Amino acid sequence: MTFSPAPGAAPVTRMLLAQTAFETRLLLRNGEQLLLTAVIPALLLGLLAAVPVFDTDGYDRVDFLVPGILALAVMSTAFTSLAIATGYERRYGVLKRLAAAPLPRWSLLLSKALTMLVIEALQVLLVGGLGMALGWRPHGSVFAVVILVVAGTLAFAGLGLLMAGTLRAEATLAAANLVYLLLLVLGGAVIPLSQFPDGLQPVLAATPTGALAEGLRAVLADGAGVPWAAVGVLAAWAAAGMAAAARWFRWE
Amino acid sequence: MSSSPAVEIDGLVKRYGGRTAVAGLSLVVSPGAITAVLGPNGAGKTTTVECCEGYRRPDGGSVRVLGLDPHRDARELRPRVGVMLQEGAGLYPGARPRELLTHLARMYAHPLETGQLIEWLGLHDAERTPVRRLSGGERQRLALACALVGRPELVFLDEPTSGVDPAMRRSIWDLLSQLRADGVTVVLTTHLIDEAERIADQVAIIDDGRLVATGSPAELTSSDESTVQFTGPPRLNLSTLGDALPPDAVVRETAPGRYLVAGTVNPQLLATVASWCAAHDVLPEELQIGRRSLEDVFLELTGRRHA
Repeated sequence: MTFSPAPGAAPVTRMLLAQTAFETRLLLRNGEQLLLTAVIPALLLGLLAAVPVFDTDGYDRVDFLVPGILALAVMSTAFTSLAIATGYERRYGVLKRLAAAPLPRWSLLLSKALTMLVIEALQVLLVGGLGMALGWRPHGSVFAVVILVVAGTLAFAGLGLLMAGTLRAEATLAAANLVYLLLLVLGGAVIPLSQFPDGLQPVLAATPTGALAEGLRAVLADGAGVPWAAVGVLAAWAAAGMAAAARWFRWE
Repeated sequence: MSSSPAVEIDGLVKRYGGRTAVAGLSLVVSPGAITAVLGPNGAGKTTTVECCEGYRRPDGGSVRVLGLDPHRDARELRPRVGVMLQEGAGLYPGARPRELLTHLARMYAHPLETGQLIEWLGLHDAERTPVRRLSGGERQRLALACALVGRPELVFLDEPTSGVDPAMRRSIWDLLSQLRADGVTVVLTTHLIDEAERIADQVAIIDDGRLVATGSPAELTSSDESTVQFTGPPRLNLSTLGDALPPDAVVRETAPGRYLVAGTVNPQLLATVASWCAAHDVLPEELQIGRRSLEDVFLELTGRRHA
């Protein structure tokens, strides 16, 4: 074996695809992450569809639940899972070490975005498939759903990266799980916002989870076109979160 | 291969808040050689190397790596420079050694064959163990493999053998010699004097953020000066011996009961030491004359606080 130098970077698309495949594989193998991104959403959908715990705002139970659980799934991937994984990558020097590899920083971020989209596609299959098994019949525009999911992903990712890049890894782990739990309950994913006090409802609807859940419900349950108000709320969160993350994110 | 320096550090200054980590350090690293940056903990070794790797921006002075600016030309430098962080940091905790190396290899145009690299570094038995369950030594070796897999022309290794058992340390030394033989420039930091003495072509001793000496191990230890060493009761008051010695000679207690006189050793000096011992009723056991070791040089240069 010879170590004689032969330096050179691979083409950037190859690096990008390799990084995406690698990160996706690590996430799919991580039990704690799967608990958040697959087990909890599937379990909640199954349980709440079977047991009439909450009023469902006049919708069929499963028609009400599937859009909310999809919003929860997007949050679990783009916020909780991204924040925790990135927080620990920062803590263990992975981000620092990657900065010395030929992969440019923008393509690392892009590969994280692609990784989230891959995981979310799997979540849509899981939640949608389970929903259909429970009698859900999707309607509404696929285009509108894609717009909402992408806007929601960017909104959550900005906040997740902000948290991961500013807090200690352990604090990120705790805070990301707490936010997940709070928004699961308060963000309109499984409990209709109409169940909360009148004064609180507009606040909850303006959270990323509230906007995404209500937006997805408008499309998938009511058959509406693109709900631009919800997209606008998500875009505002995305802009604010990304700007703050770009400003305060510390790589080591 | 060009003979222009692989690394050129000129008057480097780096501060963290009010603390100065590197205070005007200059160093030239020759291509194709092993350079050991040797110094006590906190001397500024890691900061110096991280300025070369582009992680830190100098507050003063300049750094050129392969003739390029580590910051401005980072994109061009990254494929050419291999990096191993301290304590083998930077490995995905959930990844397995084999897949991590294979993944990194995909970022390079002509990577090493990962299977051979794993064999070479004795990671075969651990290749499917997640990083978080590897021993410290295995992690070190994996981080070293990651620094090499892209076939760089220059590698920066931050304490590559710390936490590694003696047998593995020796095999890492062999690997470093092989790198040199194949034309790779190696810059490593260490606080192990014997490591620097054994493998380095050039040793740069740094202390308090300054370069205090540089040269080959032979150059650093060769001088007209040599030493007289003896053992006796600990904590002798050496001030009267110091007064009796010629001005160019110094005496120190290097360890409890071990004394070292460094200077121009001649019969007169030896007589001075012996008569001082007689006057103080000290029997100088294990009295011997020797050439200075790198350890003596190191302790002399950095020993004010560390001896």
